[in-house]
Amino acid sequence: MKLEAPSSPSAVAVPNRIEGWAKVTGQALYADDVAWPNMAYGYLVRSPHAHARIVSVDLEAARSMPGVLAVLAGPGSTAPYGIMPSNQDEHALATGKVTYFGEPLLAIAAETLRTARAAARAVRVAYEPLAPVLKTGSQQKAAPQVREDAGDGNLHKAVDLEFGDVAAGLREAQFTRTDEFFFQGNNHLALEPHAVTAFWQPDGQLVLESSTQVPHYVQRSLARALGLPEHQIRVMVPTLGGGFGGKSELFPHEVAAALLSRSCGRPVRITLSREDVFYTHRGRHPVEMKVATGFDRQHRLQAMSFESRLDGGAYSSYGIASTYYTGALQPTTYQIGAYRFHGERWFTTKPPCGPKRGHGTTQPRALLEVHMDRVARDLGLDPIELRREILQPPFSVTVNQLDITTSGLAECLDAVERMSGWKERRGRLGKGRGLGFACSSYLSGAGLPIYWNPLPHSGARIAIGRDGGVQVACGITDIGQGANTVLAILAARSLGVALGRVRVTSADTGTTPVDLGSYSSRVTLMAGNALLTAAERMLDLLRQAAARHWQVPAQEIARDGEDFAVLGRDERAAWTEVARWAEADFGPLVTAGGYTPAPPRGRHKGSGVGPSPAYSFSACIAEVEVDELDGRLQVQRLYVAHDPGTPLNPQSVEGQIRGGVVMGLGEVLMEAQAFNPDGRHRGPHLLGYRIPTMLDVPEIEIAVVGQPDPNGPLGAKEVGQGPLNPVIPAVLNAVQDAVGIELHETPVTPDRILRALDAKRRRGNAR
Amino acid sequence: MAESVMRLRVNGREHHLVVSDEATLLEVLREQLHLHGTKDGCAVGSCGTCTVWLDGVPRLSCVTLAKTVEGRDVVTIEGLAGWWGRERPGEGAAAFHPLQTAAVEAGAVQCGFCTPGMLMAGAALLRDTPAPGREEIREALSGHLCRCTGYEQIIHAVELAAGRMGEATPDEA
Ligand code: FES
Ligand code: FES
Repeated sequence: MKLEAPSSPSAVAVPNRIEGWAKVTGQALYADDVAWPNMAYGYLVRSPHAHARIVSVDLEAARSMPGVLAVLAGPGSTAPYGIMPSNQDEHALATGKVTYFGEPLLAIAAETLRTARAAARAVRVAYEPLAPVLKTGSQQKAAPQVREDAGDGNLHKAVDLEFGDVAAGLREAQFTRTDEFFFQGNNHLALEPHAVTAFWQPDGQLVLESSTQVPHYVQRSLARALGLPEHQIRVMVPTLGGGFGGKSELFPHEVAAALLSRSCGRPVRITLSREDVFYTHRGRHPVEMKVATGFDRQHRLQAMSFESRLDGGAYSSYGIASTYYTGALQPTTYQIGAYRFHGERWFTTKPPCGPKRGHGTTQPRALLEVHMDRVARDLGLDPIELRREILQPPFSVTVNQLDITTSGLAECLDAVERMSGWKERRGRLGKGRGLGFACSSYLSGAGLPIYWNPLPHSGARIAIGRDGGVQVACGITDIGQGANTVLAILAARSLGVALGRVRVTSADTGTTPVDLGSYSSRVTLMAGNALLTAAERMLDLLRQAAARHWQVPAQEIARDGEDFAVLGRDERAAWTEVARWAEADFGPLVTAGGYTPAPPRGRHKGSGVGPSPAYSFSACIAEVEVDELDGRLQVQRLYVAHDPGTPLNPQSVEGQIRGGVVMGLGEVLMEAQAFNPDGRHRGPHLLGYRIPTMLDVPEIEIAVVGQPDPNGPLGAKEVGQGPLNPVIPAVLNAVQDAVGIELHETPVTPDRILRALDAKRRRGNAR
Repeated sequence: MAESVMRLRVNGREHHLVVSDEATLLEVLREQLHLHGTKDGCAVGSCGTCTVWLDGVPRLSCVTLAKTVEGRDVVTIEGLAGWWGRERPGEGAAAFHPLQTAAVEAGAVQCGFCTPGMLMAGAALLRDTPAPGREEIREALSGHLCRCTGYEQIIHAVELAAGRMGEATPDEA
């Protein structure tokens, strides 16, 4: 059995997961597993209308039921809250009106969940239905106002950026093309539904165990929502069953659990049902997009104009950031002479959208890559060749003022081209079969925090006990991506000790230094760098202690495995012994490190979205077969290359690539968070909302390329999100290659293929 | 709400339980026996995370009414290693079923929420089909959703375990 860590540090062989054993034996506790003494069960009553005025609420029957401990109506929170400082527009429970089907408006606590549910059926709420608002932009026509607290009309935010003279670039271009696309929204569908246990203790302290990716932001937002000082709130995250962006802000159930706990004086657990998760959402925004580009005679990309219109749902959530992200990363892959972006986000009466893996960059990347493919087709060029000529080079600055460090993009192109046999096989696969290419790039953490502050984005603390154990404490959350293991690996490598000595404590605002959270692929780079600083400081103390003990200068202290030794002398001492010397000299051994990214280069409004200490790069080639009779699309093979800098945990890197790629495959083939005309979700369950199963996944060939990045810990960049992005356009391009149809929306369902084939045939006949 | 007393054998141990007529087997395992390893990913039979063995057969405990399984034998993820130990007398207690070990080694575990159900289905497959082919594995596990791994490393874990179990019992191969 290879579950133990090897004892020699020279062989820090990496177990895939330090907590792997607990997850395979059922011992790992998730938020819905943590049983607190005397715990009560909470339940949220949700709106049965997409848009309605709440006329009256009668709670008496529910309150008097035996076993019912508390029944609360909104707003619950004492001040509105929200993840973006400029958009504090949420309350725990709706009052006045409800703005999406499934919006919570009442909270109930009872001895058992069954009783809480029965009480939910006993409450009487009268509604006056209002017209649902399901479209964006000018299609809304005289639509009623969704957010009465937010300006006039339903436009949440419009943003504009321009770098260089785009009008001139397009006017003077040798070749121009325009394309439009609708990217359908979709859900994260982490397998673990959200859950929280909250206890408002009699001493005034509020403690939560919640399935969140961002304990720090939950603590901050809760303090605002409840009017409590931050230090009175402690947020802990038990084992987390997946996030993908869906657990990245404070949610109504978290506030409600706290309020119910205060009312009944007991810990209260609220676990969302799968259906609730579709209403809680914060998933991928549906986006309507338009791109226009102009190329010169040498096929250089002179100018690009990109427009996006996001369907935000009923609340702001991360919306402003999402909107900017739909225009932020187009230039990280291609050199563009002049670039213009216009983005809009609209309020509609649907569950709020937010960040999902690839946050805001996935949708525009789909259109951009489909567009580039069509440009190549129009120009009679190989789509990979067209890109090769205009790749944004390593160590350069993009047109929108982003600093690129290492880039393995060219190697990504080479790798997928080679693996797929692109040159030899393209155009020769036979009827109905095709190959499609796309590439992309993603952040290794956002350069700026969500709320402005000059503090470190990540802090890590190392303590060495008298037992020789290394305790790492850091606010990160392991959402299943293996963040705790990466910290253990970095600690072991940087301190030169066996992995088995390292214990990681994370995701607890009460005991760990702040890390902003597991979003924007920031953890490995930012927490990793913070940890390396703490480790350097710790080693320094140990070296000083050894030098003092042996009466030699510190530079003469050397390492031999875990042991300390003196250069050229026969002195040596074990790790634990030296740690004790150091504790005798300096007191208990604790060091800390923090990491703050360099300030971004851009100074324009909106320049806060897009900068990152390092960018990852990806490419994908899809091989597909389309059945022209029934419209069925089969993805037969995917070839994927990714540049994650130094892969710190190669098996996890592979796992992240595969997981991201398959999530992308689901988005392009089947997933849709879609709504009926009355505003109801079309299928808020796993039969109505399908995700890929084992049978839907083709063979995926992977190449990991790239160089160590100077800004990454031991050279590491991100891998959690980037590899998803190129898959969607690669499949779309492969369909065009296979049967010559241009698709204009996701997901690519058989009926859409048939319709496009039909249109193509009619065009053919007309000629 | 009607309740009844029932007998249930779980991971080799006999229990007498007072169970509500509406309670699912999943609820009884998680809430009454505190065996939290079995997960609730959807509660309506669509994700596979709640899979346990009922008389040796993988079953979705979220859509199994507890009172319908009176007197029967249940194995959950917490009991898988114990079952494996009992299957192989003389080998001593086992901390892990070979598939559990293989899952960790193959990188088949990310967030781990699908893992208990996936492993219960995989272990049943390995018991009944000692050297399953890739297609057999995909077929047997296709009712089990995983959002993290993209599945390949899970398939690999089953193959890895099958290989090792084959080596260990050459007479059965
Ligand atoms: S919880 Fe039983 S199948 Fe999903
Ligand atoms: S490991 Fe997360 S769902 Fe499978």
